[in-house]
Amino acid sequence: MIHALIASTPLYLFIIEILKFFGGIGVLSFQLLRDTFKGKVYWKLVVEQIFQVGNRSLPLVVVTAISTGMVMSLQFGLGLEKFGGKLYVPKLVSLIVLREMGPVFTSLMVAARVGAGFASEIGSMVVTQQIDAIRAMGTSPLKTIVIPRVIATFVSLPLLVALTNVVSNFGGLLVGYSELKLDPNFYVLKIIQTVTLMDYFSGFLKSFVFALCIAIPSCYFGLTVKNGTKEVGMATTKAVVVSSILVLVSNFFLSKLFWIIERLT
Amino acid sequence: MIEVKNFRKSFGSKEVHKGITFSVKKGECMGLIGGSGVGKSVILRSLIGLEKPDSGEIFIDGEEITRYKENDLVEIRKKVAYVFQGGALFDSMTVYENLAYPLREHTKKSEAEIKKMISDQLGEFGLPAAEGLYPANLSGGMQKRVGLARALMMQPKWILYDEPTAGLDPSNTRKIQEHILKLKATGITSILVTHDMPTAFAVCDKMSFILDGKIAFEGSLDEIHQDKSGIVKKFIDGEG
Ligand SMILES: Nc1ncnc2c1ncn2[C@@H]1O[C@H](COP(=O)(O)OP(=O)(O)OP(=O)(O)O)[C@@H](O)[C@H]1O
Ligand SMILES: [Mg+2]
Repeated sequence: MIHALIASTPLYLFIIEILKFFGGIGVLSFQLLRDTFKGKVYWKLVVEQIFQVGNRSLPLVVVTAISTGMVMSLQFGLGLEKFGGKLYVPKLVSLIVLREMGPVFTSLMVAARVGAGFASEIGSMVVTQQIDAIRAMGTSPLKTIVIPRVIATFVSLPLLVALTNVVSNFGGLLVGYSELKLDPNFYVLKIIQTVTLMDYFSGFLKSFVFALCIAIPSCYFGLTVKNGTKEVGMATTKAVVVSSILVLVSNFFLSKLFWIIERLT
Repeated sequence: MIEVKNFRKSFGSKEVHKGITFSVKKGECMGLIGGSGVGKSVILRSLIGLEKPDSGEIFIDGEEITRYKENDLVEIRKKVAYVFQGGALFDSMTVYENLAYPLREHTKKSEAEIKKMISDQLGEFGLPAAEGLYPANLSGGMQKRVGLARALMMQPKWILYDEPTAGLDPSNTRKIQEHILKLKATGITSILVTHDMPTAFAVCDKMSFILDGKIAFEGSLDEIHQDKSGIVKKFIDGEG
């Protein structure tokens, strides 16, 4: 009686759901690791997916990048102008973009666009028995569906982040020039002078982890659709929410990690 | 030879199969019939390891497969074709790519050989013009035929049909029946899951009728006809 009562509380169900998720992700990641390095990888499908992922996210990522850079430049400029600190705008904007905003914002956009795409595509394939058909013909959905998508995200997301880094700083420069009356040459020179390779890589390298935080859960939610199109919608929502949370949470720990590394070196 | 012994499976607290036993000899076609939800599809899926029984044994040509892992099942799955109810075509690929898929995965055939095989196969199924189309642009009947055509690309020894005629008009139904008979004539062993009794009578050698988690009746077509008062008759007449 009391058991039944506990078992129906939202908290209990939530905890079970979380445990199931981490168990499922653990198993899937293990299988992915094993199958990626064992047997052939379908490079043609990987290339196709890279094109898909890149193509799907490019406009969104570029718009996000340029507007973030512009708005940061504007706010810093207005804020610092009072203290005569306008000249620090290039330094501030470029550091924040390279270390945090670039990788995180890009990953969130990709989580929304690509994560949702993966989950709904794979979920629909489950519902229409296409995943069963892949297995029934003696082939592996992991190799034909999941691995190409994970590798593609792993390759594309860092590229998109690299693009964001450039575009965002360009946005900063645009506002710096038009609103803050900073000389573009000065702006660029300032960035080159202050930014170190460590700044760049501490942001850029994070995106490889973010790629896994997006691709693996999204494929997982797609694959665990059982029946009915309603579940496809739910899986899509879960994919976006969970991968966004994972990106944000892991970002904190990665920043902390890089911070420790920098202290040591 | 396909043998299923004492197959049991439950979903949650619902016991769907309470010990199902049957066997199909080489070259035979067995009809597996029964009402909606009695678990016909689950049995059929288990025969190629897409699902596992809770207990019981499944022998495909003498190999017990219930404990096989995904990788061990590959060889079985190459020899046993599964024809899905809705065709289960890959909707991101053309009909041609769909048919080429198993060949590219499992054989070392050249693209020219594959092309020849596919156009022969589509000709055989009366769909010569469908090559470049996507599944979304095919009618339900055509999708089922392409699904059957794809399942046959690897020249299987066994075929499992899950309701191959459900939802088809009489002319498409007859076409599918003809294909099944033609395949049977080549010595292929098959199991046909269906509600469509005319088709079952037209192509099967014997039938097993599932009721309440067990095989309630099995026998040849003659035996079914003689069992006039029995449960199968009730099912056929829509009273079961
Ligand atoms: N993955 C699953 N989870 C929970 N229940 C399931 C699952 N798969 C099948 N079932 C249940 O098992 C029973 C048998 O399902 P199955 O699909 O084999 O029926 P069927 O005989 O093929 O019916 P139909 O003729 O309608 O296709 C159904 O009641 C179904 O609800
Ligand atoms: Mg069924």
